Amino acid sequence: MELNDIVRRCEDLYHDLDLTSVKEWKRRTGGKAVGFLPIYVPRETVHAAGALPVGIMGAGDDLEIIRGDAFYQSYICHIPRSTVELGLSGRLDCLDGFLFPAICDVIRNLSGMWKILFPDKYVRYLDVPQNFDERLGGVFYRQELAALFQDLCALTGRPASDEALRRSIEAYNENRRAIAELYRLRAEEPHRVPTYEHYLLMRASNVLEVTEHTALVDAYLAAARRENRPWRDNIRVILTGVFCEQPPLGLIRALEQSGCSIVDDDWVLGARYLREPVAAEGDPLDALVTSYLRRGTPTATRYIDEDAKGEDLIRRVRTLRAEGVIFASPSFCDPALLEAPMLQRALGAEKIPYTAFKFSENSGQLQVIKEQTGAFADSIKLWGAA
Amino acid sequence: MNPTPAVRKERSMELQKAMMGEHFKNLARAKDLGKKVVYTFVPGNLNELIWTFGMLPVHPEVNALQIGLRKKSGDYILEAEKHGHSEDVCAYVKCDLGMLKRGNIGPTGEKLPEPDLLLLSYTGCFTFMKWFELLREEYRCPIVMLHVPYQGDGRITPDMTAYVARQISEKVLPLMEKISGRAYDPDALREHLASSARAERDLVAVWESARNRPSPIDAYFGGVYYVGPVFSAFRGLPACEVFYETLRQEVEERVRNHEGPITPEGPLKEERFRLIVEGPPCWPNFRDLWKMFYEEGAVAVSSSYTKVGGLYDAGFRHDPDRPLESLADYCMGCYTNLNLPSRIQYLERCLREYDADGFLINSIKSCNSFSAGQLLILQELEKRTGKPGGFIESDLVDPRYFSAANIKNRLESYFQMIKAKRSA
Ligand code: SF4
Ligand code: SF4
Repeated sequence: MELNDIVRRCEDLYHDLDLTSVKEWKRRTGGKAVGFLPIYVPRETVHAAGALPVGIMGAGDDLEIIRGDAFYQSYICHIPRSTVELGLSGRLDCLDGFLFPAICDVIRNLSGMWKILFPDKYVRYLDVPQNFDERLGGVFYRQELAALFQDLCALTGRPASDEALRRSIEAYNENRRAIAELYRLRAEEPHRVPTYEHYLLMRASNVLEVTEHTALVDAYLAAARRENRPWRDNIRVILTGVFCEQPPLGLIRALEQSGCSIVDDDWVLGARYLREPVAAEGDPLDALVTSYLRRGTPTATRYIDEDAKGEDLIRRVRTLRAEGVIFASPSFCDPALLEAPMLQRALGAEKIPYTAFKFSENSGQLQVIKEQTGAFADSIKLWGAA
Repeated sequence: MNPTPAVRKERSMELQKAMMGEHFKNLARAKDLGKKVVYTFVPGNLNELIWTFGMLPVHPEVNALQIGLRKKSGDYILEAEKHGHSEDVCAYVKCDLGMLKRGNIGPTGEKLPEPDLLLLSYTGCFTFMKWFELLREEYRCPIVMLHVPYQGDGRITPDMTAYVARQISEKVLPLMEKISGRAYDPDALREHLASSARAERDLVAVWESARNRPSPIDAYFGGVYYVGPVFSAFRGLPACEVFYETLRQEVEERVRNHEGPITPEGPLKEERFRLIVEGPPCWPNFRDLWKMFYEEGAVAVSSSYTKVGGLYDAGFRHDPDRPLESLADYCMGCYTNLNLPSRIQYLERCLREYDADGFLINSIKSCNSFSAGQLLILQELEKRTGKPGGFIESDLVDPRYFSAANIKNRLESYFQMIKAKRSA
């Protein structure tokens, strides 16, 4: 596939708020589809039950909010209102169920709202443990996963089979491999993988069946390596804070145009939340639990009891030779906004430059942010520090 | 300018004041007394366990609210914002951090001791985690996470109880033993739990007194005083039992005398509106808001905020026969750990049981845990009960979000609406 075709396909998927690709998949396979919100759900369980996991990350700036605002006060972030809008406008009707992972109070409460607004759909709040001891959080999480898998199989009418779970784990391991390569290529040669394309590819993982997504990423990697693209004199930055509500596409473009090459980020984090392959032998639920406990990504909504705050970020700055960090936090997002000062203090102690701004998924005023990140890039280029 | 009217002091209030005073005095002298100090949150607190180890509990939200009541929170919030905290986030956290930056002088003017342990009970609010992570950075002391599952399906399963109880026994107890230097004494814990249950029984009698007409209590403005001892440091102690016995007697006497609740300007003369209130109060303007109610003869006959530290009126009691399990169920049963459908059911039940004219939501900017979803609560409750709902907005401790004129207007039209409904 040509690079342009891949990017166009991802653009189409991104803007496809009606989930036509999901409907097509259902028509083609006769399977069910199950939505989920950020950050992380074990998509393997959905896949093994024969359903298509569909990540919903709000509606960006593509949707006019009419009904969603009637459910949220002005001081609550934007993603729940666009999600409700998507639901009430019938755009999510093709989803047979919806999973709400434990991430913050807004999404937690949205799970109950969903039960009321869509009483005929399967809705599950997925409690992920904040206790990372195998015998405690591990046991609890395994019970959660077993119940979830049973429920999903009841929804699809498939038997709950360990073998199917193992196959799904393998399929997602392949996807994790492809995504890791994508991140590696971008970190090594950012000019080959423009941020805009990278982001759209990651977003495609929300709606494509996993093997299809892996093939798409592999095709992109091959095409991107072939393509001759001019080297850009950008600074190398890590973007953090965008694990849930997503910046509008225009903002993602603006960051790069302002002179910043993103070499790592936390958008669509669920797709690479587990940092290493999950064991495809032995008890598959145990394997998913162990990966969650031991190899989950430190992020604002995950309790870190051993590492110091910021340690992981600093490690990534060093390994990826990033020159600075951009904190982009959704307005009114307690997890991102309360995390940032702790990380910033840790960066400050290491003399790693950073800049910070707030956004909402439908932010229209991008110029100010672009100027801010542009000035940040210039100062690093000129003096090596902001 | 008129001085703020003093609340008519009853014996229970004097008792509470004395308990608080002594507690803060003990805290100020904790190091001299050789007492270890545990910071923990109100919802899901393990007070009985803390007392079992002879340690002293500190609840940062209680400090923040007291500081709010004394109108000092605005400054502290600005201080935290100067240190890089966003305007957007929970102001309870900022008030606490601001207080810390200004020398950690507590609400009574005495310095609060540093914690020897941060007991992060993760009940009903995700922001708690960030709050204690921030405190850990400041104090560098041991911290223990007690992960409390949410009632996503509206119930507590035996697996959930076992998970929390095992965390208590395998993580919390050993650390408390180490820090306090005392061995865990299950009998002492049982005694504290039995004492808690007795106080809880009396508190429930106080809540239920609001079924009378007139109601002898205001279960929101008065209610926040009533929950003081049981939500903060005293649950499980004999003094707490005495407080609730006394309070219950006072309330029963008011019932006998057909008296309404005590307001800051004396007993309420006439009960004109009976309301259920959802959401926390706004502490810096607590009196102003209360006045807007009692001037209109509006009485809260039940409220959800007074259940954040336990839903005793729904039947929960600490149970000495299931010590750790009942602590676990307590943590999971606090109001903000209920899912939205359960919250709606609870409020609906209150509306019916207390024969209320309607319900009012005070939506708090700081608190996603309470606020996200309240507009649906409003719609659903109106639909299910046919009773009118009112909606006002303010903040727990950030005075910038209290607009007296706006709230008064809204309340006036709300009371008009109730009247119109009555005469319809
Ligand atoms: S943007 Fe932040 S506050 Fe909003 S739903 Fe996501 S994590 Fe929660
Ligand atoms: S979000 Fe609400 S419950 Fe949580 S700390 Fe803030 S005020 Fe308390």
